Amino acid sequence: MFIAPRIADKKDWITTDTGDWEIIIGLEVHAQVASESKLFSGSATDYGSAPNTQVSLVDAGMPGMLPVVNEFCIEQAVKTGFGLNAKINLFSRFDRKNYFYVDLPQGYQISQFEFPVVGEGEIEILPIDADGNVGEPVNVGIERLHLEQDAGKSVHDLSPDETYVDLNRCGVALMEIVSKPDMRSPEEASAYVEKLRGIVRALGTCDGDMEKGNLRADVNVSVRRPGGELGTRCEIKNVNSMRFIRQAINYEARRHIDILEAGGEIDQETRLFDSVKGETRTMRSKEDAHDYRYFPDPDLLPIKLEQSFVDRIKSELPEMPDVRKARFMADYGLPEYDARILTSDKVKADFYETVAKGRDPKIASNWTMVELFGALNKAGVELEDSPVSADALGGLIDRILDDTISGKIAKGVFEKMFAGEGTADGIIERDGLKQVTDMGAIEAMVDKAIADNAAQAEKAKENPKLLGFFVGQVMKASQGKANPQAVNEILRKKLGL
Amino acid sequence: MSDLTKMTLSGALDGMAKGDFSSEELTKAHIDACMDGADLNAFITTTFEQAIEGAKASDARRASGTVGKLEGAPLAIKDLFCTEGVKTTAGSKILGDFTPTYESTVTANMKADGMVMLGKLNLDEFAMGSSNETSAFGPVINPWRNDVDLVPGGSSGGSASAVAADLCLGATATDTGGSIRQPASLTGTVGIKPTYGRCSRWGTVAFASSLDQAGPIAKTVKDSAILLESMAGYDPKDSTSINADVPDWVGACGQSVKGLRIGIPKEYQIDGMPADIQALWDQGIEWMKAAGAEIVPISLPHTKYALPAYYVVAPAEASSNLARYDGMRYGLRVDGKDLADTYERTRTEGFGDEVRRRIMIGTYVLSAGYYDAYYLRAQKVRTRIVQDFENAWETCDAILTPTAPSAAFAVGRKVSDPVQMYLNDIFTVTTNLAGLPGISVPAGLDKSGLPLGLQIIGRAMDEATVFKAASALEDAAGFTAKPEAWWK
Repeated sequence: MFIAPRIADKKDWITTDTGDWEIIIGLEVHAQVASESKLFSGSATDYGSAPNTQVSLVDAGMPGMLPVVNEFCIEQAVKTGFGLNAKINLFSRFDRKNYFYVDLPQGYQISQFEFPVVGEGEIEILPIDADGNVGEPVNVGIERLHLEQDAGKSVHDLSPDETYVDLNRCGVALMEIVSKPDMRSPEEASAYVEKLRGIVRALGTCDGDMEKGNLRADVNVSVRRPGGELGTRCEIKNVNSMRFIRQAINYEARRHIDILEAGGEIDQETRLFDSVKGETRTMRSKEDAHDYRYFPDPDLLPIKLEQSFVDRIKSELPEMPDVRKARFMADYGLPEYDARILTSDKVKADFYETVAKGRDPKIASNWTMVELFGALNKAGVELEDSPVSADALGGLIDRILDDTISGKIAKGVFEKMFAGEGTADGIIERDGLKQVTDMGAIEAMVDKAIADNAAQAEKAKENPKLLGFFVGQVMKASQGKANPQAVNEILRKKLGL
Repeated sequence: MSDLTKMTLSGALDGMAKGDFSSEELTKAHIDACMDGADLNAFITTTFEQAIEGAKASDARRASGTVGKLEGAPLAIKDLFCTEGVKTTAGSKILGDFTPTYESTVTANMKADGMVMLGKLNLDEFAMGSSNETSAFGPVINPWRNDVDLVPGGSSGGSASAVAADLCLGATATDTGGSIRQPASLTGTVGIKPTYGRCSRWGTVAFASSLDQAGPIAKTVKDSAILLESMAGYDPKDSTSINADVPDWVGACGQSVKGLRIGIPKEYQIDGMPADIQALWDQGIEWMKAAGAEIVPISLPHTKYALPAYYVVAPAEASSNLARYDGMRYGLRVDGKDLADTYERTRTEGFGDEVRRRIMIGTYVLSAGYYDAYYLRAQKVRTRIVQDFENAWETCDAILTPTAPSAAFAVGRKVSDPVQMYLNDIFTVTTNLAGLPGISVPAGLDKSGLPLGLQIIGRAMDEATVFKAASALEDAAGFTAKPEAWWK
């Protein structure tokens, strides 16, 4: 069914005694629709509620209950389809996927099998290796996006011999986004998921929270000789972080190569990733694969979208990450790196634009990316929860730009702001950090520095590099508050440079 | 006072309006009849106490000037409709003591219109059957008999039997392949299956979702119109519900059929058709002609494929619809050594033979490798059947056929031969596959004195014409026979 024409970059090949291998990766990403109610019932979808408190009669599969599609979810799927540059199918249909399990009260999952709401599309990704090197852009094909119900949650660890079932999640709307087998390295796979996450977050169709499982990936991995015939694939279920995706692919590819080199065959199977041990293991083999007996759900009518409905959604789309990146480079003059990082996520991009408004864009990006993102990263805090708001960071930058404080002092002020000690102005005032711009005072400090180091001052006439030494002396004397430009200027004059 | 249970629903509603008797009196008379008729096994659950309370409340409402369409009428409900606080079994052991916390839309509509519910009526298990012998609560007996106990037809056998024996003024029923019309035919009652989507399926235990449709079984065509007007209506909780107002069907009854074009499909003249039934059909044609209708020969060429297609589509949907009865959340549960074993034991013990047979057929026809050959092909047949009717409507306005290929048969006679049993649906399944309205009207007796019905099929949404033609047929037939009350 699938063909995989692209051959991996040589750097992504795995070389063993027997030669080279390349990894073929396809992903099925489940993105929970950011909807307040479920796909076919009015139940709430709040995360972390007490077990079985968000379950309607429909969700519980009570006799005679019928699903009614939540139109909001259809709209989100269409929106996401546009984000994937994909074909929107005006005709789609819900099918039943039949199997028995305790967390599936109806005995079937309502999904879209034959006619998904979104068809083929394509997105461009930029793989980045472990050292931060950006690779060549790669186009990843989208096979389809369809809507389906999530299942409930089985809890096996509350009792040694009983399983508890929480149906809160049961019936929550998921978008399953299926890629073509177009990725060739773990980095490409995680870049793809990162890109998808950026797209759904920009659109607001999914919050992209991988920790809560609101975005999770099933990873299909196979190996082949570069450009050779496709190998048998294994599917690794429910991998829920970028790091785990890379780890799982690395492990799985090695496992395949080991088996093949030992003369074995790969069993097509579904596997689980154990994030503690960093390995995958069999969940079920092909022989145990269900026959899902898909057929059109007779309780639901096919979805026929009006072209005007689709057009309206298209006209209301927010700016997509790629477009925003191009704009950041053009309008703010940012380098590609800055623009890419800042537009990888809507929250980041919005934050930056608030900081940059009416300020120097490059200084704004430096302070946002280097200082703030660095501090957040170190503290393990999400940008949404940043102790320094975009306006507050802007306020700090204003004080640098109007020479109230130097960049160096500003870093100290920022640390205090990050620690929750208040605004830039408040901290500057409280700690008396205002830059000394009084020429007389600076001149006095310069005079004192020259007088205290007369021999050095003589040498400086021959060796202008010593200027730095004097600047340091003056800055030290001013506790860093002297305006460095003024210090420089006066020193040059007095030293006769 | 004359026997209140002999009244029609229409007559009883008039009588209460005039103050001739109260709902309480009417209800008590019917409760007595129900108790006398216990041997018919028409009820699974009776709710007599609530009925008397309900009747008193209805009388009070009437006194205060509030009178619903079914105000104070003692009726009974097929036990496939979920009723709040009243055990609902679907005729199966698997639901155990399941007591819904919710009310089906159909019964909620009727309650809002003032119905008094006498209880829940027996049926074939999950409405799968044509004789009411698959019920986990024992077979229903037809009030009509000749030497031996006869079946009332199915799956709405309890509804048909109860109405025929005057245990209630009317009853709800459901029809997936003929389950309203065939039992009506076998018991001398009127039964209408409206257009698919007229009655909400919400809260009715599902058999085959794309075919299931509720409707009434009643004593007269007009009574059936009164009941259907209450049962029907748009329901946003059922995605397949039709968003249209309920027309004045009672008003359509008795209207002239002059100039109405009645189609007679040649394909319904099957091999081995009993002479009595052929003769009655011919008689029906003469009656309609005499009433001023124009008789038009028509062809529905794919008719012979309808029954096989039905017995693919209906079990397929059923196999999925019944998956929820797994012993996990409600109903019967038989613990096994592990989850799969628990599922197997629960469903083996909970479902009867016919339900298990259909689940297996349905599972098979949806399986990988067989889907195209069975399910998909059956759906294509279905499209052809719809097209057959579309073509027929070019030349006719309604279609007249027999309802069932036989009169009531002896209990036990066909139950061991599923194919013989399935043939009961031969004249009725086509309308389910096409979603059309169909009514069975009692039109005569066979040689052994058992009732036979004729069927009128109409265009989608055109129940009005169906009622009009049916009441003309009813007038012409003048069917007044009643079974001897041997059960009292």
